[in-house]
Amino acid sequence: MAEPLLVVDRVTHRFGGLLAVNAASLTAHEGRITALIGPNGAGKTTLFSIISGFLTPDEGDIRYAGEVITGEPPHRLARRGIARTFQIVQPFAGLTVRENILVGAHLHHGRRAAALAAAEEVGRNVGLSDLLDRPASTLTVAGRKRLELARALAIEPKLLLLDEVLAGLNPSEIRDIVPVIRGLCARGITIMMIEHVMQAVMSLAEHVFVLAEGRVIAEGAPVQVAADPVVIEAYLGHGAAAKLRASHGY
Amino acid sequence: MKGLAPIAAVVAVLAAVPLVVHSNATLNFLVVALMIALAGQGWNILGGYAGQYSFGHAAFFGTGAYATAILQVRYGVNAWIGFGAGIAAGAALGGIIGALTFRSGLRGSYFALVTLAFAEVLRIIASVAPITGAGVGTLINLDLGARAFQFQSRAVFYWVILALLGASLVIARVIERSRFGAWLIAVRENEDAAKALGVDARSVKTAAMVVSGATTAAAGCFYAQYFLFVDSGIAYGTWISIEALLTPIIGGVGTVFGPLLGALVVKSLGEGAKLVTGDVPGLDLILYGAVLVLVIWFTPHGLIGGFAQVRGRFARRDARAASSIQEAGHG
Repeated sequence: MAEPLLVVDRVTHRFGGLLAVNAASLTAHEGRITALIGPNGAGKTTLFSIISGFLTPDEGDIRYAGEVITGEPPHRLARRGIARTFQIVQPFAGLTVRENILVGAHLHHGRRAAALAAAEEVGRNVGLSDLLDRPASTLTVAGRKRLELARALAIEPKLLLLDEVLAGLNPSEIRDIVPVIRGLCARGITIMMIEHVMQAVMSLAEHVFVLAEGRVIAEGAPVQVAADPVVIEAYLGHGAAAKLRASHGY
Repeated sequence: MKGLAPIAAVVAVLAAVPLVVHSNATLNFLVVALMIALAGQGWNILGGYAGQYSFGHAAFFGTGAYATAILQVRYGVNAWIGFGAGIAAGAALGGIIGALTFRSGLRGSYFALVTLAFAEVLRIIASVAPITGAGVGTLINLDLGARAFQFQSRAVFYWVILALLGASLVIARVIERSRFGAWLIAVRENEDAAKALGVDARSVKTAAMVVSGATTAAAGCFYAQYFLFVDSGIAYGTWISIEALLTPIIGGVGTVFGPLLGALVVKSLGEGAKLVTGDVPGLDLILYGAVLVLVIWFTPHGLIGGFAQVRGRFARRDARAASSIQEAGHG
C-alpha cells in the first residue's frame, strides 16, 4: 500500500519546560477525512503548527507526499499544497471578503483577472457569494469560519488542515457547513481536522486520532474510538460516550 | 489598465500650472511640495501598502542626494547618470536594510527604531567622512544646460519633478493592482495568515523596501540637482524622515494619491504659518504635529479616508431617505 499523504513520525515539541507534543505519530491517507481529537491543551494545535511549518519540532519528522518536509517555512509548504485554517480566525480585517480570498488565489494565478475569477468561485463553493464585497470585519463568527476555509481553499491545497472550524457555531450553522467539508473531500482534498464537536467527527471522519498530554493514546474508526475506555477516561467522559453510542446505534 | 486615467488627469492639470503661474516663489513652493510627495510615495509603498513604518527614510533620500552630488563633483560623472546611480543606490540600500531587518524578524516599533538608527548612523558618517565633504557639504558646480541636468527656468524643474512623481503614482497603482500588491497588503493585515497562504513575507517586504528606497532616493537626487548643495543635516536629517511619513499619513496611507495630497496640505500649512508669524524657527514643526494629531483623531485613514467616510455617510443617508420614501409610498 502506498505511503499515506501525510506522515507525522514520532514528533516531539517542547515550549521551554513544557512538553507539548510527546513522540506523537499519525497519518492522513489521501482522499480521506482524518480527525484529531483530545482535551484542551493536548497539543493538537501545536501539532498543526508543526505540520504547516510555523513551528519546527525538537525531534521527529514530517513526511508529505513521500518527502521529508520538517522545518520548511509555511509559505513553501503552502506552495506544496498544504493549507491550514487558524483556530482563532485571522481574517485580513481591513479587506473585503473577496480581497481576502484573492490573496490565496494569487498563489497559483499571477494575473489579477484570473485570481479574481478563482476567488469568486471559491467564495461560491463555501457559500459566501452574497458577502463577497463586505468588509471581513463585519462578518459573523460563522461567516469568518467560512472565510477562513475559503482562503485556505483558494491556494488549491492537496492537504487541508482544519483547526476547529465548527467551534463557536450553532447547531444549524454546523449542519450547513458539514456538507461543505464533505464536498471538499469528495473533490479529492485530503482533510485533517481538529474538532471538539463529536457528532461532526463521528459523521465526517473515517479515522480518528486521540491526543492527550501530547501523546497519541488511541486511534481507529470513530465508533471504535468512542467506545475505547482510555478515550472515555481521558477525554469524552462517560455521559458523552453513552450519548454517542446511543445516537450511532452501538 | 484601469485606474490610470485619474493619474493622467491629475498630472495633466498639474502640468498646466506653470503656463498660468509665473511667480518664481510659487513655482519653488510647488517644486518642493512635489519633491516631498515623491519622498512620501516611497515611504507609502513600504509603510502604506506593506505596513512597515519606517522612521528613517532620510537614509534613502540622503543616499540618493549624495550619490548624485559626489559622482558629479568627485568623479566627473554626467549628472543624468549620477541621477540614475542615486536611484540605484537607494534601491540597493533598501535591499540591504530590508534583508538585515526582516531576516532578524523585526516588526512594528522595533523596525521603526532600527530604520531611524540606520539614518542617524549615515548622517553621522556623512558629517565626518571626507568623501561627502564632511561638515562643509558638497557643492555641485553651476553648469546650466540640459546636459548637466541644470535648468535656468523653475518651470522645467517643475516638469521634471512632476514627471518623476507621475511615474511614482503609476508604480503605486500598478503595485496596488498586482499579485505583489495583494501580498504586500496581506502581510500588512496579518503576517501569519499571509504566510499560511503561501506568501513569502520576508522577500515581499524586502522587495517593497527596494522599490520604496529607490523612490525616496529619486527625491534626494532631485534635491541635489535643484539646490546644487548637500550636507549631512539636509540629506540624512530627521526633517525628511518626518516629512516622508507625515505626507502619506495625513493624505491617506496606502492610497495612490495620499502622499501628493498630504504634501500639498502640509507644505501649504507650513508656508501659511510662516506668512503669519514670520520665520520663527520650529513653528512649522509644531504645526505639523498639531495637524497630525487632528488628522489621526478625526480621520485615522488620512484625508482621502476622511472623504470616503463622508461620502459613505451621505450615501447611507441617501439610501435611508430613498427607502423611507419607498415605505411611505407603500403605506
